[in-house]
Amino acid sequence: MSTVVQNNTQKLSVVNFNTQQQAVYQTEKLNLWYGQVHALKNIDLSIGYKEVTAIIGPSGCGKSTFLKTLNRMVELVPGVRISGEITYNKTDILHESFSVEELRTRVGMVFQKPNPFPKSIYGNIAYGPKIHGIRNKEILNSIVENSLRQAYLWDEVKDRLHQSAHELSGGQQQRLCIARCLAIEPDVILMDEPTSALDPNSTRQIEELIKELKKDYSIVIVTHNMQQAARISDKTAFFLNGEIIEYDQTNRIFTQPTDQRTEDYINGRFG
Amino acid sequence: MNYIDQTVVMKKTNTRRLKNKLAKGMFFLSTLFGVVVLFILIVRIISQGIGWIDLDFLTGKLSTQVDRAGIMGAILGTLWLMVVVAPVTMIIGVSTAIYVELYVKNSKVKSIIQTNIANLAGVPSIVYGILGLTLFVRLLDFGNIVLAGGLTMSLLVLPIVVVASQEAIRAVPDHLSEASYGLGATKWQTIRRIILPAALPGILTGAILALSRAIGETAPLVVLGIPALLIPFPGGIFDTFTVLPMQIYYWTLDSSLVAEYANLAAATIVTLLVCLFVLNATAILIRNKFQKKY
Repeated sequence: MSTVVQNNTQKLSVVNFNTQQQAVYQTEKLNLWYGQVHALKNIDLSIGYKEVTAIIGPSGCGKSTFLKTLNRMVELVPGVRISGEITYNKTDILHESFSVEELRTRVGMVFQKPNPFPKSIYGNIAYGPKIHGIRNKEILNSIVENSLRQAYLWDEVKDRLHQSAHELSGGQQQRLCIARCLAIEPDVILMDEPTSALDPNSTRQIEELIKELKKDYSIVIVTHNMQQAARISDKTAFFLNGEIIEYDQTNRIFTQPTDQRTEDYINGRFG
Repeated sequence: MNYIDQTVVMKKTNTRRLKNKLAKGMFFLSTLFGVVVLFILIVRIISQGIGWIDLDFLTGKLSTQVDRAGIMGAILGTLWLMVVVAPVTMIIGVSTAIYVELYVKNSKVKSIIQTNIANLAGVPSIVYGILGLTLFVRLLDFGNIVLAGGLTMSLLVLPIVVVASQEAIRAVPDHLSEASYGLGATKWQTIRRIILPAALPGILTGAILALSRAIGETAPLVVLGIPALLIPFPGGIFDTFTVLPMQIYYWTLDSSLVAEYANLAAATIVTLLVCLFVLNATAILIRNKFQKKY
């Protein structure tokens, strides 16, 4: 693909960060209720710029809920109430005047189960740019190619871009979903147990991909798999019953946790 | 451990197997009943009517003389009626379904609307005719033109489209719309680009059912006072009109006076069935095209 076209696509990205900036996200006294259920309790957490932050904890501890509050997807659940503050890049994203559509173009999301649209491979990737008003065929073509290359999927699918995305294997579909999310050129990628539905080999590929993406993106990943957190993350937060028990450098969490509950969890005594 | 007495089990086995066979037989006979009756009906209609269908019959004007009678007016009337019914029911019906399924958050309000729509589907068609007569023909003073008939017919079949569309929209998995919202799409973009395309086959199935119903329905049009005889061809939705089922109705009614009218009625039924078949086939083709895409 020509460099001219690539320059075009780069113009589209929104530049937000200077390199000194440390935290992408900062939450303060974040509380969340599903009806009467208090799902997140006083979460204070800051998420580092161009780091991989892993969130671990047993089922029902609120880790997925927390992830979904970061792009306000949690608001799709009826009866949800949020209090406290989340600042994304120093902007209060819980404020009424803040548009969720804008937030979600800066913050991409990859879901637990690969969820490609019932469209072609090309159509899946081009969906995001199209809804943001990009109509130019050449720009779309290069976005599709770049995104697929970034997700290491290009070589596998370049000859069948116009075939259904559902014909891909599970692991390929998940990398397609990652590429789809890269196509809107986000700053942050939220991943909700992205490998839990995949076989070990596909899992390894996704983990390699995450390590690569870390160079350009800030990543928050929820995972059930503690080895995975240990392998790919810089920082790890341990959630239990809607609270943060411990949050530290990943190697510290896994070698010398300060809280007994963290130690019990990572040693497999519960969860 | 001797809770099970093998001899009793053996004895009961035969009755169980007999019941098994009886059940299968009953299901088969039920199916057979429907198929056979429909077959006889169609054979009888076709054998009586087919001889009367020729180009003059299909393209001719209505006439009291049996040999010269044609049904072009009724065919055109039916087509014009569909021109009104199809877009009105699709737009209002699908929009209603979208609103109820995707916008109404309060489950109580939703169930009230649901119950209403379900009840509307059960209201006898003649009641819709009376509503149409009051509202469109008299109050809005349309007279008995295609538009009045079409709007009345739309009200009648609207619940079918709404219910089918609701089910189709509900069947679209949440993870698809979540993926769309996650990319920063608005609700409308998600509906238009993800939910509606995925729900379209189901919606079209509803539309097929609704149009089939509208094309054959007679009672509401009788109430509206649609004439049957000797009118000029309708050229648009503001003309007076008649439709194929009305024609069948009047010819059957008058067959006691002129016996050949019964044959004309049969020939008209065959034409109506062909129209219905063509219409459904088109809708099914469109549906398959969307289903196969991905």
